[in-house]
Amino acid sequence: MKILVCISQVPDTTTKISFTPDGKALNSAGVTFIINPYDELALTKALELKEAAGSGSVTAITVGDASTEPNIRKALAIGADDAVRIDAQPLDAFQVASLIAEYARDKGFDLIFTGRESIDFNGGQVGGMIAELLDWPSVNVINSIVFNGNKATIERDIDGGREVVELETPMVVSAQKELTEPRIPNMRGIMAARTKPLAVLAPSNNELLTEVNTLTLPPAKGGCKFVDPSNVQELVNLLHNEAKII
Amino acid sequence: MRTDRFEAPDYYQLDELLTEEHKLIRDTVRQYVKRELSPIIEDYAQRATFPSHIIPGLAEVGSFGPALPVEYGCGGLDQISYGLIMQELERCDSGIRSTASVQGSLVMYPIYKYGSEEQRKKYLPKLAKGEWMGCFGLTEPDHGSNPGGMTTNFKDMGDHYLLNGAKMWISNAPFADVAVVWAKNEQGRIRGIIVERGMEGFSTPETHNKWSLRASATGELVFDNVKVPKENLLPNVEGLKGPLGCLDSARYGIAWGAIGAAMDCYDSALKYAMERQQFDRPIAGFQLQQKKLAEMLTEITKMQLLTWRLGVLKNEDRATTAQISMAKRNNVEKALWIAREARQIHGGMGITGEYPIMRHMMNLESVITYEGTHDIHLLITGHDITGISAFR
Repeated sequence: MKILVCISQVPDTTTKISFTPDGKALNSAGVTFIINPYDELALTKALELKEAAGSGSVTAITVGDASTEPNIRKALAIGADDAVRIDAQPLDAFQVASLIAEYARDKGFDLIFTGRESIDFNGGQVGGMIAELLDWPSVNVINSIVFNGNKATIERDIDGGREVVELETPMVVSAQKELTEPRIPNMRGIMAARTKPLAVLAPSNNELLTEVNTLTLPPAKGGCKFVDPSNVQELVNLLHNEAKII
Repeated sequence: MRTDRFEAPDYYQLDELLTEEHKLIRDTVRQYVKRELSPIIEDYAQRATFPSHIIPGLAEVGSFGPALPVEYGCGGLDQISYGLIMQELERCDSGIRSTASVQGSLVMYPIYKYGSEEQRKKYLPKLAKGEWMGCFGLTEPDHGSNPGGMTTNFKDMGDHYLLNGAKMWISNAPFADVAVVWAKNEQGRIRGIIVERGMEGFSTPETHNKWSLRASATGELVFDNVKVPKENLLPNVEGLKGPLGCLDSARYGIAWGAIGAAMDCYDSALKYAMERQQFDRPIAGFQLQQKKLAEMLTEITKMQLLTWRLGVLKNEDRATTAQISMAKRNNVEKALWIAREARQIHGGMGITGEYPIMRHMMNLESVITYEGTHDIHLLITGHDITGISAFR
């Protein structure tokens, strides 16, 4: 089982978000970056699949500058066998997907794992795009995955129920919460990560399909207004005149 | 149980003084604590029970002897990594940090430093994995600050030693598999000897009714004509410098650990002050609360700087006993003061198990006394400055 796990780094969930003066990017000064939590689930599940298969490898890949290396090193400490960093500033989903797809195309991976979305921009597009670029099947937002030979049985939530699908490798899947519990590195893993290979590759191309115009913060939360349950007229007035939603 | 929302203060961007690996180690232990220990610690402390099921997890994240060499199953990490691990464990609870300190600095360290190669190979890998737990016997009922007066002794019986005496206030004693015991030989010289559970005449009664370190097991070591094989004597040290060398290592860890307890109290107090409304506004807006918070953060920042520098010196093998005393004394005192201030900010809630404050405060009352009392550490500094001992 040869698995590629896509790792992106995102601001820590407690970060107070602000933007650069031109309003086009996150102001990263003083921000702590962590592995995207959904990617951490993907990585953990990939390790579990490799362990269940009894052989194979797990490669972590990221698209980013040198500032991503501590998180890639953490992925190695958690248990990835080796890592790849494509040295480019990730700016849109197509760029990231095409760089990863180009890397993966001739490497013989059985499975490419992503998180369901990154928790910063929440695009949720990279996995599907990689699959399309490689002409592989993909299953999004999966709850469980079990392999029997090269055939996977995958469960995922659908509206009002659950879907079970079967497909053969190679494939792209994306992880969500229920899939597993993220693994904490142990000291042995941290020590081993020092010497695991981390290849830095130049980007094969850097084509973007989208461009960010502006980023804005959501409006500040207003205070709560309590309306007496018997006073429906006041509720309607407030919703109409103040909140302007009816 | 509340979700552990802890965020560590870093007012002077001291993270920039750490390597990426330091931060990975620290964040790993922090994540482990949040997931495995924070949800249970209050309950175990309330029930005065050591959560023994956590031992394998503590070992996995490198809590036991992380700075000792890899060839003995240890981490081979530097002293700052060791300090950060102690900080994160004590952020949870001083009792948990005590268990790790004792195992790493007071059991594994002397076996490594003063033991034979056979002793190292026999004990260290199992202790690093937590398969065996250890304790350290120095303090006696009548000899605390004056360990040189100890009466525990052993006689050479030809093919074995015969050990007699008693030790008191021994962390990990009730469940320890091995004990590194300091005792006098027939010439009155202090030697280290490894006693194993199961040796006839060796018992470890538990100390009950503690109001402090309730999640850590404390006990006595009683030696009643215990036959100890000769190969259990630590061959490479004689005199008080043996146990005192171990204490240097443990006290260094305590200086870091105290920052953890202080940070937890500060973080909890800050969050509480921001959320608690009185007179229609958060109490954090009142000057007296701001004074407390500002002074707490100032002290934490000073503690962090002190220990970081001490860690650098220790990595270079240049940290002196007196320097370590100063850091242990200062940091524990400030942590205890911060716990008390935090208790006041929490008002009545501060005395309940809903918040960690009172637990930390009670724990620190032990920490300020064990491994060299607050007063003795002051006199060590005094001795270092003047060259005149005020206690001998």
